[in-house]
Amino acid sequence: MLKTEELRINIGPQHPSTHGVFRMLVTVDGETLVDLKPVFGYLHRNHEQLGEVNSYLQNMPFTDRLDYFNSMINNHAYARSVEMLAGIEVPERAQYIRVIMDELSRILNHATALGFMLGDMGAWQTALLWGLREREKILDLFEYVSGARMMCNYARFGGVARDIDDYFITETRKLMDGLPHYFDDFEGLLTNSEILLARARNIGVLPKDLALSYSVTGPVLRASGVPYDIRRAEPYAVYDRFDFDIPVGTVGDVYDRFLVRIAEMRQAYRILEQAFQQLPEASGGHINPKVKQQSLKPPIGEAYARVESPKGELGFYLVSDGTGNAYRYKVRAPSFINLTALADMCKGYKLADAMVILGSIDIVMGEVDR
Amino acid sequence: MALLLKGELRSKLQAELPAALDVRWANQATAPETAEHAGALPVLIEDDAVVHAAQIVPVAHFLRDTLGYDYLSNITVVDYLAFSIMELVYQFYNTTAGGADVRVRVRIGRTPEACIVPSLSPTWPGANLQEREAYDMYGVVFPGHPNLARVYMWDEFKGFPMRKDFPKTGDKYTHVTGE
Repeated sequence: MLKTEELRINIGPQHPSTHGVFRMLVTVDGETLVDLKPVFGYLHRNHEQLGEVNSYLQNMPFTDRLDYFNSMINNHAYARSVEMLAGIEVPERAQYIRVIMDELSRILNHATALGFMLGDMGAWQTALLWGLREREKILDLFEYVSGARMMCNYARFGGVARDIDDYFITETRKLMDGLPHYFDDFEGLLTNSEILLARARNIGVLPKDLALSYSVTGPVLRASGVPYDIRRAEPYAVYDRFDFDIPVGTVGDVYDRFLVRIAEMRQAYRILEQAFQQLPEASGGHINPKVKQQSLKPPIGEAYARVESPKGELGFYLVSDGTGNAYRYKVRAPSFINLTALADMCKGYKLADAMVILGSIDIVMGEVDR
Repeated sequence: MALLLKGELRSKLQAELPAALDVRWANQATAPETAEHAGALPVLIEDDAVVHAAQIVPVAHFLRDTLGYDYLSNITVVDYLAFSIMELVYQFYNTTAGGADVRVRVRIGRTPEACIVPSLSPTWPGANLQEREAYDMYGVVFPGHPNLARVYMWDEFKGFPMRKDFPKTGDKYTHVTGE
């Protein structure tokens, strides 16, 4: 008998495929993964304590940097929490604008996430730049409307910072004309690709009953078969006026998460179409003019508001003590909690599969470490 | 499974698990004597249930198995220094019916002997990383947790950064010129 022993390998914080500074201590027996221990904290920036020191409006740019791919969604969720805390109403037009930015972020995020996952699998650069191509066009739109490509700082309490004008609507319509063809291309080239099927089918399976007990949310939960989407379960903004489906997977492997993300991009496109149709009749302006943004002092109480971010359930829990700073500010980060399932999803598979499974959960370290 | 209305959880718990409810927080009259506070925060007397720390696991199982609240979304720790309590807020959602959350609160003391809550992780793995974060940032100890290590700070760090009495302007780890 050949003497074998288990090897402890460190997939270190500096690594091209760990989606940021993330460290995994992996124990392998030959090529098979036996145990995985994630190590966090390399991007810990003390965000929650800063939230107690900043005033409510001062904290808005800090929320941009949580999930730095989808800053519009972070801003939206934080604005919703403060609005719930202070009892601020948001006019209809502002809600539609927020929904439009959210769905554009969803398309942007899923295209990039799939591109990065395929990059991890070895389709180096080609699939990645396919994903980034549409992202660049959407980032140009964000720059037009908010002044910055990624760190938009766009939502305010009671609405959004600036209104959208006809130029934005025309350019977004032009972008949307090309999107179905782009989705078809993406699907056509990749869905039946032999390499993708070999590396993603039946890899990293998360069964349905386990998925809920691990508190995972977002596309990972839906790929495992649980049709839970916050836009349907507890509708916010104006999502109850739109007609869209919730794609649900069956097996819960990496391939299902891939298919769920492409299907969600198509549904986001449907929502965008309906939002642009309904936008001209929306009442109100782009912000509630009665709100004093900089000197906002919400009454004593607590509030928790959540949105369906492309990565899962993003929520902000705020406790106010009547002053201009929050007493407690907590971010419920989807990527952090989705990583609870990582160790169990990877056990039994090969070492190379660990990177693919990590890519399919779609994490961003700004959220995980805060 | 129908959704619970506000305040209904308390009556359900009184019926099924009467030992669980922490009656000290039932109303303002019986709330424990607290140090004088600068009028900043009232003791939060909510319709949601405040349970004893030792009973959190049976209550969570009751919510999941009998009432259908099968998704634990969030465990938040709030440090009320003026009242010398730490509050843990557990938020549960019902995935089949959708809708709003149910908040279960646990209020414990801040000293190392009192800051102990049984861990939900052995039977509800989703609580794993959240309890680690609560330990790392606030010092709440969860007996029964499979791996209660620090999650953000490095392992040898002393102190609990998010507590209200942790100095925000530098500690023995910060090198301040002149000291």
